[in-house]
Amino acid sequence: MCASLPCDMAGQAAAHVSQTPDPFMMSFSVFILAIFVGYHVVWNVTPALHTPLMSVTNAISSIVIVGAIIASGPIEMNLATVLGLIAVGLASVNIFGGFMVTQRMLAMFKKRS
Amino acid sequence: MLSANIVALAYLVASVLIILALKGLSSPESSRRGNTFGMVGLVIAVVITLQLSSVQNYTWIFIAIAVGALIGGVAARKIPMTHMPQTVAFMHSLVGLAAVLIAVSAFANPVGYGIADTFGQMHVSSRIELFLGAFIGAITFTASLIAFGKLHGSLSGRPVTFSGQHILNLILGILMIGAGVMFCIDLTWTPFLAMLFVAMLLGVLLIIPIGGADMPVIVSMLNSYSGWAAAGIGFTLGNNMLIVAGALVGSSGAILSYIMCKAMNRSLFHVLLGGFGNHAPVATGGAALEARPFKSGSAEDAAFLLKNARSVVIVPGYGLAVARAQHALKEVVDKLLEQDIQVKFAIHPVAGRMPGHMNVLLAEADVPYDIVHEMDEINPEFGDTDVVLVIGANDVTNPAAKTDPTSPIYGMPILDVSKAAHVLVIKRSLSVGYAGLDNDLFYMDKTMMIFDDAKKACESLIHVLD
Repeated sequence: MCASLPCDMAGQAAAHVSQTPDPFMMSFSVFILAIFVGYHVVWNVTPALHTPLMSVTNAISSIVIVGAIIASGPIEMNLATVLGLIAVGLASVNIFGGFMVTQRMLAMFKKRS
Repeated sequence: MLSANIVALAYLVASVLIILALKGLSSPESSRRGNTFGMVGLVIAVVITLQLSSVQNYTWIFIAIAVGALIGGVAARKIPMTHMPQTVAFMHSLVGLAAVLIAVSAFANPVGYGIADTFGQMHVSSRIELFLGAFIGAITFTASLIAFGKLHGSLSGRPVTFSGQHILNLILGILMIGAGVMFCIDLTWTPFLAMLFVAMLLGVLLIIPIGGADMPVIVSMLNSYSGWAAAGIGFTLGNNMLIVAGALVGSSGAILSYIMCKAMNRSLFHVLLGGFGNHAPVATGGAALEARPFKSGSAEDAAFLLKNARSVVIVPGYGLAVARAQHALKEVVDKLLEQDIQVKFAIHPVAGRMPGHMNVLLAEADVPYDIVHEMDEINPEFGDTDVVLVIGANDVTNPAAKTDPTSPIYGMPILDVSKAAHVLVIKRSLSVGYAGLDNDLFYMDKTMMIFDDAKKACESLIHVLD
């Protein structure tokens, strides 16, 4: 299980080289860099498309479905898996709803013929 | 079973595709391809996660995805464009709730997430990350539900204020953090659930004092929160793709909130304190709300002015959306274009109930996007415009924002409508706008008021323009 998550590769490396930073630092670096990417990309979004931007970011933040799938992974049904399955359903509403409604809106934007 | 490196690589590809999805939105032409990139990114992420060795519960997972897809798909097709603000608010609440459920699930079974030590005890850093993801998710969940209610009209859009409100929120905030710290120390259910409960209560209390027209800021802010909640879950799982996606959404929502605040000349802090627009109408210059002379006219008078114009700029506002007049307005535009009159639209950033809402409504009515202009683009052109048609907008055209330092909206960027040769205002009455202010524009010599519902006025205009 552990070996399949990228964080643990950093964890294993840390065990060998004491100079390697905590896995959290790696995640934190990615986090800060992604904020910068987001900042520059989003300032370039044309104001006319701010509503589609919000609906598509809704679909994108529903990427938490990855966490929900891991939560509902084990075969045996218990509190953890049931909550995970509900979260899979909720995130899936958002992913399909978000992308499809965005598509519908973007299809409406036409130039003067 | 793929190696951990392949999994990490696939997640990286998905992250890049998500960035490309946002990048596509820089122009309408590239946006549709961008949206496809985003979909492919999500599919890759889900497929790769499904083949992890710990994921075995395929039947139930597929059922959950299928149910969600059905609900989401049907909703995406059926929802009218006027309902986009509340739809987006509702979707934010789903992200928040999903984050809470994942956090509870991770706490119930930390070993399954690989965030526990050999004794099944959760790592301290994971506890903090779990706490952050859970409380941001919980606040997002309830705050978005209240925002949804206000936008949908199932709750009153009026601000709900009471004395001691901010102190209460502060105390609850401290309680929430206190419970979170206790959870991080003793790792039991009681402080964890107490923390979630207080966070949900706080979500409700934070949004009730905020009025309807401040909702563009709130919806953007909750958009941002839903991203931070996703990033919080990403930290818990040590999954960089979730962190990247969450950070992108978080910064996107933050930028939109900033743009909205700037367009209203208010600080985010001021918006969050709430209560704006709850006071009795404020008179500008003392006697402003006394009867002042104004001109009013009929649809025929308006049509005469429009027909004789060479250039017309239309300023739509939220009233247009409320009256669902966008399709009728498009027909008016067609009639004018047939007579070789130049027609442009001027959009204020806070027109509508969410960022860019007016652009979508006009696009839905088949108004080509290249005649729809943002405030900064069109403001220099008002001086050369023959007729401006204001329809369902008020505060964003009030010249007092530029001329009267005592006005509460002084300093707010406005559309320079008063610089045009003639101004037509379609409005049901002389009532004040959201800011509770009288609008000097209505009393100018060059202004003619047409007292009617936006849709009915457009329909009469179509009739007389023939």
